[in-house]
Amino acid sequence: MSHNKIYLYPVWIRFWHLFNALLCLGLIITGINMQYTSTDFQMFGFVWSVRIHNICGITLSVVYIVFLFGNFFTKNGNFYKVEIKGYVDRLLKQVNYYTFGIFKKEKAPFPISEERKFNPLQQFTYIAMMYLSVPLIIVTGWLMLYPDVLVHRKLGFNVLLLTDLAHICFGFFISMFLIIHVYFCTIGVTKLSSFQSMIDGWHQSHD
Amino acid sequence: MKSKILISSILIFFSILFSPFLFAQDNQSTVKNETPKEKKYTNKGDNSKCFTCHAHNVIEFKNEKDGKIIKRRMSNNFRIDTVQFYNGNHWNFKCTDCHDSQYGKTPHDGQLRFTDMPKCLDCHGGDPAFAQYKFEQISVEFEKSVHSTKHRAEFSCWSCHDPHTYKINARNKQDVKTTIAYDNSICLSCHADVDKYQLISSKINPNILTKHEWLPNQANHFKNVRCIECHAQRDDSILVAHNIQPKAKAVKKCVECHSKNPVLLQSLYKFKVQESRAAQGFLNSAILTEGYVIGANRNTYLNIFTIIAFACAVLGISIHAYLRSKIK
Repeated sequence: MSHNKIYLYPVWIRFWHLFNALLCLGLIITGINMQYTSTDFQMFGFVWSVRIHNICGITLSVVYIVFLFGNFFTKNGNFYKVEIKGYVDRLLKQVNYYTFGIFKKEKAPFPISEERKFNPLQQFTYIAMMYLSVPLIIVTGWLMLYPDVLVHRKLGFNVLLLTDLAHICFGFFISMFLIIHVYFCTIGVTKLSSFQSMIDGWHQSHD
Repeated sequence: MKSKILISSILIFFSILFSPFLFAQDNQSTVKNETPKEKKYTNKGDNSKCFTCHAHNVIEFKNEKDGKIIKRRMSNNFRIDTVQFYNGNHWNFKCTDCHDSQYGKTPHDGQLRFTDMPKCLDCHGGDPAFAQYKFEQISVEFEKSVHSTKHRAEFSCWSCHDPHTYKINARNKQDVKTTIAYDNSICLSCHADVDKYQLISSKINPNILTKHEWLPNQANHFKNVRCIECHAQRDDSILVAHNIQPKAKAVKKCVECHSKNPVLLQSLYKFKVQESRAAQGFLNSAILTEGYVIGANRNTYLNIFTIIAFACAVLGISIHAYLRSKIK
């Protein structure tokens, strides 16, 4: 079977994606170590966890701003625009493909092209991650870095605790996304083709 | 109609989500409603004579030879803040309960300064009325502390606890921040004051901020924990640790507080733990009413949910990958 190649990932996206992935990985590992450390068990030192987590978090904020600017000034931002009409049907069609169709060797309902970088499910998860989870985890992270700016107690709630809980919850969502995202990347022309495309910029697809 | 159902669902969801805080708040409010007992002062009249001079910055006295009124500054060491005194633990004491009765005469005899002053145990020792405060045990712990072993001659209870102003704190205050600020001010009264420090030691007073540079988020730590959390040996038998350790033995491992079993529960939050306020689902909930310690406060429900969700994701991926491997 011959393969088509589409240049889908320009240099800035590949670099952004690489930094984003490494920083998220660093933040997840150090975050878990900070939250679940104990005198009996710790993956590595708490102080180093805090330092690395802070540095990665601040850098992620900068990298996120690059992402926003990139999406604003290039056509990459268009891939995140959702056509509301019929979206739920398209989303269910994609879910149906991943759940059943893929095992029946059906063709992907929304194949990747220069006009459509993401299928409806990717669109949904990427928007939920990049326009909801990541900004919220960044904001709560900064608030945790400067807890003095927070009101200590409001309407009976411990605001610092709520901020931290939100931070941990979004951290968990991002961690889950990362695992599933990596797995779905193995669904390509070959198991490694999607990973390779994030290195050379060329997306491979079946004819 | 649909929007009403949606808003109601969101409200119900958040009510359930935040219910642990509401429980915690209810428990707290029951303690805050205590009304203080009204004080009946019986010695204000006697003390007022002493406070004519010892409550003011400037004192006046008459020169017997020429009848002139002379003004002098009252030394800070001999000046008493009457507001703090009458709000302190010894609020109904006569000055001469502790100080020699000859101080009733002015000008005071210079030799009076050499008379022995009573110590805490002289009044509080062996008295069943004070048994709950465990003064004897505190004294034993203090004797073991670096303050006593290194500076026995100069150091006494009064070095930290000014009997004129001291007010019991950890046992009564609902606001932990007030206890922290009050207790830390006791340490800083020497460790951040060169003059007072040199009454006890000829060494140069170390700079607290420089010495604690290693501490991440230093300002936040200083505001949220007491010096003794790290610098005193914890003791199960007394509420506030008095065995101050040499600096080499100070707590420097973050995980001693930032972990499932934080030492803070045996020190700063000991009284709250004894009161056993529970915020449902949270580990070390006693800390939650006042603050939040990373690593020490974990939500049990959230932990279970994340483990189940993670297991489901891994299982789902494994099944999907297996089925994919089977198709040709």
